[in-house]
Amino acid sequence: MQSTAHDFKGNVGAALADPNLQDSLAKLKTGFSERRRQAAERLPEFEALRDRARDIKNHALANLDFYLEEFERKVTALGGQVHWAPTAEDARRIIADLCRGVGARTIAKSKSMVAEEIGLNEHLEALGIAPIETDLGEYIIQLRREPPSHIIAPAVHLTKDQVADTFLEHHSRLGFTRRLTERNDLVAEARQVLRQKFLDADVGLTGANFLVAETGSSMLVTNEGNADLSNTLPRMHIVLASIEKVIPTLEDAAVLLRVLARSATGQESSAYTTLNTGPRRPGDLDGPERYHVVLLDNGRSSVLGTEMQDMLRCIRCGACMNHCPVYGAIGGHAYGWVYPGPIGAVLTPQLIGVEEAGDLPNASTFCGRCESVCPVRIPLPRLMRHWREREFERHLTPRAVRQGLALWAYLARRPRLYRAVTGIANRALALLGRSDGRFGTLPLAGGWTRYRDFPAPQPGGTFHAQWKRGRWNRGRWNRGQGSRKR
Amino acid sequence: MSNPVPPQSSPPRHVALFVTCLVDLFRPSIGFAAVKLLEEAGCTVDVPAAQVCCGQPAYNSGDRATTRRIARQVVDAFEGYDAVVVPSGSCGGMLSHHYPGLFDDEPALKVRAERFAARTFELITFLVDVLGISRLPAHYQGIVTYHDSCSGLRELGVKHQPRRLLAAVDGLTLREMSTPEVCCGFGGTFCVKYPEISNAMVAEKAADIAATGADTLLAGDLGCLMNMAGKLKRQGSPIRVRHVAEVLADMSRNAAIGEPEDGR
Ligand code: SF4
Repeated sequence: MQSTAHDFKGNVGAALADPNLQDSLAKLKTGFSERRRQAAERLPEFEALRDRARDIKNHALANLDFYLEEFERKVTALGGQVHWAPTAEDARRIIADLCRGVGARTIAKSKSMVAEEIGLNEHLEALGIAPIETDLGEYIIQLRREPPSHIIAPAVHLTKDQVADTFLEHHSRLGFTRRLTERNDLVAEARQVLRQKFLDADVGLTGANFLVAETGSSMLVTNEGNADLSNTLPRMHIVLASIEKVIPTLEDAAVLLRVLARSATGQESSAYTTLNTGPRRPGDLDGPERYHVVLLDNGRSSVLGTEMQDMLRCIRCGACMNHCPVYGAIGGHAYGWVYPGPIGAVLTPQLIGVEEAGDLPNASTFCGRCESVCPVRIPLPRLMRHWREREFERHLTPRAVRQGLALWAYLARRPRLYRAVTGIANRALALLGRSDGRFGTLPLAGGWTRYRDFPAPQPGGTFHAQWKRGRWNRGRWNRGQGSRKR
Repeated sequence: MSNPVPPQSSPPRHVALFVTCLVDLFRPSIGFAAVKLLEEAGCTVDVPAAQVCCGQPAYNSGDRATTRRIARQVVDAFEGYDAVVVPSGSCGGMLSHHYPGLFDDEPALKVRAERFAARTFELITFLVDVLGISRLPAHYQGIVTYHDSCSGLRELGVKHQPRRLLAAVDGLTLREMSTPEVCCGFGGTFCVKYPEISNAMVAEKAADIAATGADTLLAGDLGCLMNMAGKLKRQGSPIRVRHVAEVLADMSRNAAIGEPEDGR
């Protein structure tokens, strides 16, 4: 996918001016966080489970090579094949070769952010292979030729009316000529259209939530059951997953599943949890004849052992974006690439470069709400700060910011000089702002005063000046609302 | 992430006030309210002269070297007190949660930073959790809503302490917003680096505040308060905005934030 992260500010302007998007975001903000809160409350051991989930992922990351090789051994023993893809290009090539090897014309896809990450759809289309998204949200945005705006709810930026229009436009040539207005009708229509495509597909491609080393299984959760059709009906099943998805055991998976659904949607568990363990065995009623797992690195292994490693714990639940006030204001597309929200602000600079995505880790107030809900306790603000430090070291921080900072730092390290300067600033502002108590405009503060007034300082000098003069007298400040008895 | 401190048998009495640069420059009355609250709780209060800023502007801009220099300066300036008290969850969080990590490669300094961090407290939690105060002799006639500033809430566990003290204020009614824990969009330099996003956030906050019907907005961080007050005033709202310490210290007769001192 082509990144627009370098134009983050432009994207933000467009997002804030889009009334449909703002409508959708208003619903998302209250819905997801409220459901997560209730789910967490219903499970007394939820916080303890988060600790366990974190520890499981940390252990897996600390021994990643071991578990990946174990996983490969198991898959091979089951009759499947593991392919190692160091880069996005490698992954695209491997998948294209597999598809061409069986003469595939269509490929049924289900829920893979990694496929977005490597730009798989565009690549396959260019080769004459039609990818068909089978997840409802993915299908909607595929029709609209838009990227996902959320990692678990890719079409969350759209209103129901927009979806109705999209379906009418694309389905009328299939005989569905009535514009639908009810949610359930829209889902039913999509299901009818998609069902035939499942049956036609030559290859099924899914992502994976977890790769289980002890059994060689890939595990996928959905709420629509579409993945089951993608991986059982076609002759070949390809699992595309990034290397940090591997975990040691099924029992570990059980712990992670318990925090995943609750964090994501507030469900106790997702509607469908599917385990794929190799190709069809003799006697199996269904299942693919060929089973391939493509393991993508794409820069992840270079994070191992660094202060940024924590980002690889992510289980892609989406809670951090559901709770992020910045995401809530601008939606997912503004982030400009595959992964939005706080995890995107941390992951994107790693995957496509901090030169391209430098705004993302800066566009945060460090409010910490993401970290407080992350099921695997990723310290997202700390990781964003690390990116800011790297930008600063590499002189990518804007010149004006650097200069302002240098001036401020010069003063901050010289308390006397600082007092003199702030004393003047304080008196000037207090004097000028005396009549209104605030400023509607202020030189050099346009970013502030475009949208809000700037409160003027209280008269009487800075705190330190008053304290030093000893002129603080209780009489002056010690004025309650009047009824206080001393 | 909260780390509530059990009330101590012999509470710290010799206290240093970390004023914060915003309180120093814009609203000294918050500093004086803090002094008053601490003195009336039996503490001796000093204001070390060498203090300037906690270093967050540098820290949050990725300038770690400058941050470390400022942090050293602060730790030096506040040597020798029983406790360091800060009328801000954001600066308090910086001092008590982030300083030690700045010196990971300098063990001697790290130990000092850790000791410093361990005796640094946000003002209201110091009063309630450390000094064990549950009631203050203040009066405030009005309906108040309280915003949970982010660092105070999530790094220091400031949540019930201000509410407990406010509930005991004579004349005061507390009315909660629907989302008091959602960020107001200030974020230090964030609000001028990304003013459009910041505005969207503070606009939503202002709507939530207004929907409570409260006549007063309180919080524990002047940065957030200036942001919210600035938005409310721009909208022409009559809601008065103050630091929670002003009300608790019964020092709420001076003009509210963003309002003129005379001729109200
Ligand atoms: S960073 Fe945490 S909260 Fe965000 S998607 Fe990943 S696991 Fe979920």
